[in-house]
Amino acid sequence: MTSVVDVANVEKTFKLYKQRHKSLKDRVLHPGKGNATELTVLQDVSFSVGEGETIGVLGRNGSGKSTLLKCICGVLQPTAGQITVRGDLAGLLELGAGFQPELSGRDNVYLSASMLGLSRRKVDSVFDEIVAFSELEKFIDTPVKFFSSGMYVRLGFAVAVTAAPDVLVVDEVLAVGDERFQAKCMDRIRQFQSDGRTILLVSHNADQVRSLCSRAVVLEKGRLVADASAGEAVKVFREHLLGTQESKATSTGEDSDVVIEWVRGVSGSFTARTNERFEFLTNVRASAPVEGAFVLELYDQAGRLVARTDATKSPISLSAGMQELNVAIEELPLLDGAYQMNIGIVSPDGDTVLAWREQIAVLEVAYVGRGAGQVALRLNVH
Amino acid sequence: MSPSARRPVEQRPVRVVSAHLSLRQRLAAIWGARELLAYLVSADVKIKYKGSFLGIMWSMVSPAMSIAIYFLVFQVILKNGVPDYVVMLWAGMLAWTLFSTIINTATGIIVQRSGIVKKVAFPREILALSTVGTATVYFFLQFIVLAILMAVMGHAPAWSELWLLPLSFLALLLLASAFGVFLSAANVYFRDTAHLVEVGIFLWFWLTPVVYSYQRTVAPMLGAKGLAWIYLINPITPIVLTFQRVLYGQTSVTATTPDHSAITVLPEWSALHYAALNGLLVAIGLALFFWAIRIFGRLQGNFAEEL
Ligand SMILES: Nc1ncnc2c1ncn2[C@@H]1O[C@H](COP(=O)(O)OP(=O)(O)OP(=O)(O)O)[C@@H](O)[C@H]1O
Ligand SMILES: [Mg+2]
Repeated sequence: MTSVVDVANVEKTFKLYKQRHKSLKDRVLHPGKGNATELTVLQDVSFSVGEGETIGVLGRNGSGKSTLLKCICGVLQPTAGQITVRGDLAGLLELGAGFQPELSGRDNVYLSASMLGLSRRKVDSVFDEIVAFSELEKFIDTPVKFFSSGMYVRLGFAVAVTAAPDVLVVDEVLAVGDERFQAKCMDRIRQFQSDGRTILLVSHNADQVRSLCSRAVVLEKGRLVADASAGEAVKVFREHLLGTQESKATSTGEDSDVVIEWVRGVSGSFTARTNERFEFLTNVRASAPVEGAFVLELYDQAGRLVARTDATKSPISLSAGMQELNVAIEELPLLDGAYQMNIGIVSPDGDTVLAWREQIAVLEVAYVGRGAGQVALRLNVH
Repeated sequence: MSPSARRPVEQRPVRVVSAHLSLRQRLAAIWGARELLAYLVSADVKIKYKGSFLGIMWSMVSPAMSIAIYFLVFQVILKNGVPDYVVMLWAGMLAWTLFSTIINTATGIIVQRSGIVKKVAFPREILALSTVGTATVYFFLQFIVLAILMAVMGHAPAWSELWLLPLSFLALLLLASAFGVFLSAANVYFRDTAHLVEVGIFLWFWLTPVVYSYQRTVAPMLGAKGLAWIYLINPITPIVLTFQRVLYGQTSVTATTPDHSAITVLPEWSALHYAALNGLLVAIGLALFFWAIRIFGRLQGNFAEEL
């Protein structure tokens, strides 16, 4: 597969000045280099994105996600290394698309579209579509300085997706719109995906990454610590998020001494009935005795998180070697459907992931009554 | 928007983000963004006079005021005796205002538009060049007003030398763009550049024969010692002289002072001499412009983080 975005050994170093000499006068009066310290924000980052892939970028605050995306968009230049982009790229970096506050929404649409490389005629032809998508018909002739931040993002997103670039780069902006608009953006992103376009997405929402992305990379202090399937990457991200900042954070789990081997329904199949007890067995191997708590996640078929439950209140003691755990969901209030299950074992304080398995099983839920939706409610009518 | 309408990956334009781009790549990128340039200029003009009663005519107020004041000082009070002095004055101011407006506005433009620079990638030179575009719009407006004024006064330009004007205009644009592009980048790193430029432009104005006559003040003083060339190092001087030569149309006139003496207000160079001077300036302007783009290219990599 030909790669669309190629990030090769990218390094980005910022100069930090304790006291910034921002004028010629200061330079003359205080010659010398000034007291600059260097901050390396990205270090030897390499990965490539293939045509039609959706890549998530995970990492905690300050790990360099936005910096990486800015480099890919060309807003910042890497200090070393090189980034190659094939085709048109539209970026939505943080808030707003660089609108001019004094200009009306209409003028800003034209301005930012032409910054994305669209010809005037093309903008004319898609203008109504942009406005309709942003739902800002009434405000389109108002200067954008009077827009709310949500409106800002809506217009910026509408321009970027309507420009239909080969590569779309999105940095967390989707968190700003209201829920309905977010859903609309998600639809549009999915449509983008089915068109075979390429997307790079920063999100703090691991579930969103899992549901949207085919692959994800994880940044930790400017280094790439994972480049794997979305599920795998989310696991690494969780570990880094939960793990303390020290050495533990840089390991990807090889030295973790707990491994989940397999799961199996007690009755043989992995089928449950609504509002009834469901029991399954899992085989866990530990290299040394350790305390742990069980965590279980269920996702629906759209990739939305339905439930995450942990048993940190009742930790279990694992002994060295193989052991079988019996896990029971006392009551399963889900309507029929197939649910992806992830399970893991964390330390009793919930801070460290000891073992994690993505999509270890699919739980089929059968519901005998009538009803729609996801959750079964028990009604009591007198 | 169907996937089939899209080019295969292999045929798409390749963009390389790296700290080193050649001059050719930079110029190609600028050319590719020309539509954006046009849009920035029209947005600029639109914002500035939006919602004001006189609209774009406000752009005439400041140059008209200075012309009125210089006219009052030099013609009415100091009685320089130049007939139709306002035409002479306006012709020089036309060139000078274009130059100084570009320099003054371009210097601050990157800092002023930091919001865009930090969020969108596009050739940043376009911002500096947009100030050239905007100033040019106002230039043509002032040009039209001068034409009307000359028609009303019945003052004819030197028709046979009119062709010198586009040449001179080109030299002026190239020089101003070169300075503008360079200063806009410098101002990101040294924020007091803008103040220095303001002072510098003020001094430069008085070193350029716009309100006083080169032929009557500079030439006799320096020319006698063979030093007139010092004055002509200032590249704007030949340009201003060309504008005056073409638009004022005469070199020797009869003074309006009571003695009605014959005075020479402009050097009596041939049209070819003017053409050669301006041609040289076009070449210098072009070289400076490329140099400025190179320097800009080296500095622009860190704009987003310096702002
Ligand atoms: N212009 C700059 N000058 C100096 N340091 C900077 C600059 N921009 C970012 N940094 C530093 O680079 C580091 C990474 O920042 P970045 O914005 O890439 O993080 P992030 O992963 O996007 O974080 P978040 O999740 O909060 O958005 C931070 O420590 C930040 O302070
Ligand atoms: Mg960020």
